[in-house]
Amino acid sequence: MKSLKTYAVLYLIFLYAPIFLLPLFAFNSSTIIAFPLESFTTEWFTQLLTLSEMHGALLNSLKIAVTSAVLATTLGIFAAMAVSRYSFPGQKGIMGFIMLPLVLPEIIVAVSLLIVILRMGFDTGAWSVIAGHTLICTPFAIAILQSAFAALDPSLEEAAYDLGETPASTFRLVTLPLVMPGIISALLISFTISMDEFIIAFFLTGAEPTLPVYLFSMLRFPKLLPAVMALGTILVVLSILLITIAEFFRRRGAKRTGNDTGGFL
Amino acid sequence: MTADKPLISLQNVNKHYGDYHALRSINLDIKQGEFFSLLGPSGCGKTTLLRTIAGFEDYDTGAVMISDRDMRGVPANKRPTNMVFQSYAIFPHLSVIENVAFGLRKSKMSKTDKMLAAEAALEMVGLKGYGHRAAHALSGGQRQRVALARALVLKPKVLLLDEPLSALDRKMREQMQVELIKLQREVGITFILVTHDQEEALVMSDRIAVMFEGEIAQCDDPEILYRKPNSKRVADFIGVMNFLPATVRKEGETYLATIAGLGETEITEAQCPGGVPLQNDNGGEATVGFRPETLTLLYEGQTATHREAPAVVDEVVYYGDMTYYDVRFEGVEKPVRISMRNIFGRDVLGVGTQVRVSWSPGALVVFDQSA
Repeated sequence: MKSLKTYAVLYLIFLYAPIFLLPLFAFNSSTIIAFPLESFTTEWFTQLLTLSEMHGALLNSLKIAVTSAVLATTLGIFAAMAVSRYSFPGQKGIMGFIMLPLVLPEIIVAVSLLIVILRMGFDTGAWSVIAGHTLICTPFAIAILQSAFAALDPSLEEAAYDLGETPASTFRLVTLPLVMPGIISALLISFTISMDEFIIAFFLTGAEPTLPVYLFSMLRFPKLLPAVMALGTILVVLSILLITIAEFFRRRGAKRTGNDTGGFL
Repeated sequence: MTADKPLISLQNVNKHYGDYHALRSINLDIKQGEFFSLLGPSGCGKTTLLRTIAGFEDYDTGAVMISDRDMRGVPANKRPTNMVFQSYAIFPHLSVIENVAFGLRKSKMSKTDKMLAAEAALEMVGLKGYGHRAAHALSGGQRQRVALARALVLKPKVLLLDEPLSALDRKMREQMQVELIKLQREVGITFILVTHDQEEALVMSDRIAVMFEGEIAQCDDPEILYRKPNSKRVADFIGVMNFLPATVRKEGETYLATIAGLGETEITEAQCPGGVPLQNDNGGEATVGFRPETLTLLYEGQTATHREAPAVVDEVVYYGDMTYYDVRFEGVEKPVRISMRNIFGRDVLGVGTQVRVSWSPGALVVFDQSA
C-alpha cells in the first residue's frame, strides 16, 4: 500500500515536473535555462510582444484549430448519430476505418497527405493542415459524441415527433440541446489537439508556420529560449483555464439533464 | 362518429422484420371512448402493434384506419394519436410546464392560452403548481403524470400507452391504475394500453386483446376473458387456471366428461370454447380447466353444493387475506390450486391434511387437448 502511494507520487512528479519548470524559467532573468535561478523578471513576456512572426504563427494556429474543430465536430455529429440511431450493412467496418487515425502514426498521415497534395499540383498551406487535423480530430470527436448520443433515450426524439414536430425541429429542440455538452467537449478536445499538433503541421504548413512549428524553429536560437518558456507558460495557463471552463459548463449541463454524457475530466 | 362505427379499425395488418412475422393478420376494431388493452408476453408483437397505430412502424399489408381515414403514409407527427412512452420520455432540459406545452408549439393559440391549457392539463393529472419545476427532479410517478398531461393537452382522438406503469413500484402502480381509469372516463378519449401484466389489463380495460406470437388469440371484455378463455394458452396467461386431463363422450344428446380425480359429470357445449372435443363418435381426450376460486375446501359439517372429491393438502401459501392451497386429488399426480378467503375463527389447514373439496361442474371450461 505504501509503495503504491510512493509510486503514484513519483508518477505525478514525472508527469508534471517539466510543466512546472516552464514558469520557473519564464520568470528567471538568466538567458541560460539552468539552475541556480538568478532573479525575477517579466522581460521575456514583454519580448513576446515584439516577435511579430510569432504573432502570425499564433493567429495561424488559432484559425486552423477553430476550423478543424468545427469540421471534425460536425462530421463527428453525423457519424455518431448514424451509428447510434441506425444500423446499416458494413457499419462496423466503416466505423473501424473512421476511427483508424486514432492509432495511425501521424507521420504516415502527414507524408501521404503531402505526396497526394503535391502530386495533384496543389500548394500546401493552412488548408492542407486543416485537412490533416480534421482527419485526426474526427475520431476523438466521434468517440465523445457517440457516448453523448448513446446516453440519449431514443424515445425522447420519438416523443417530440409524436407531439407534432418535424425531424428537423426535433433535432433542433430536443437532440441538439441534450447532446450539447458532448458537442462542446468534442469542440474543445479537437481544438486542443489541433493547436499543439506538430508532425502534420510541420509537413503541410508551407510558408505560414503554426505555433508549434514556429516554436520548434525558435529552438535553434538559444537567445530566444526564455521567450519560448514565457509563451509556454501562457499556453499552459490558458489550457487549464479553458478546460476548467468547459468542464464547468459540461457538469452544469449534466446536472440539468440528469445524466452525465461524455467529457474527459 | 356514429356509435356503431369503430374509431380505429385494423384490417388484416401484417408485418415482417426480415423473416420474422411480427404481426399476423391483425383484425381489430376499437370504439370511441374505449379503454382497450393489448396484453401478451414480451415479444408477442403488442408494442409493435401500438407503434403501428402511432405511425412509428410500417406494415407490409393491410390497413390501419383512424376515423375512417387510411393512415398509410401518414407520419406519426400528423396522426390524431399521442403516445405515453415506457420511459416517459420527459424532456430533461425543459421545465414541467415547457414539457406539457411542447406539443402546442405549432398550434395557433395565443401564448397565454397555451399556458392556460398546459396548466389545466397539469391540474387534471394532479400536478397543479408543479409547472416551474425542473423535469429531471421529478419522481417516477410524477414523470408519468407529466407524460400523460403532455399527451392529453393536444386532445388526441387516441392515447397510446406503452407499458406506462411497469417502472413504478407496486403501490404506486395500483394507485395509478385507478387514476388512469378515472382520467379516461373524465376526458372520454380512447385509450390503448400495452401491458404484459394480466392483472393490470383486467383491472383497467373495457376490452382486452390477448396476443401470442404476433397473433390476437382472443379479444373480449375482462370477465369473458377470465371466465371463458378460448384456449388453454389464454386461460394459462390470464390469472391462474388449473388443468386436469379428462375424456369426453356423447350419450344420446348429453356430453359426459370423466375428469381425473373428480369423476364423471355432464358438460354443455357452451363450456367448450373450441367445440366439444370429440375426436370420434365414441369419445375424445380433453383437458378441463377451472379457476382456484371455483373450488372450496370443506370444513367439518359443511356439505358441497354440487359435487365433492377427496384430496390431500400438498402445499400452503398464506397471503394474509387469502390462503392458497395446493391439493392432490386421488390418483392425480399434479397438484391443483385452491384459493380460500381467510375468515376469522377458521384455522389455516396444514400440509398433509385430508380434505374434501367442493367443485361445480358448471365452472369447468373444456379444452381440446391440443389447444
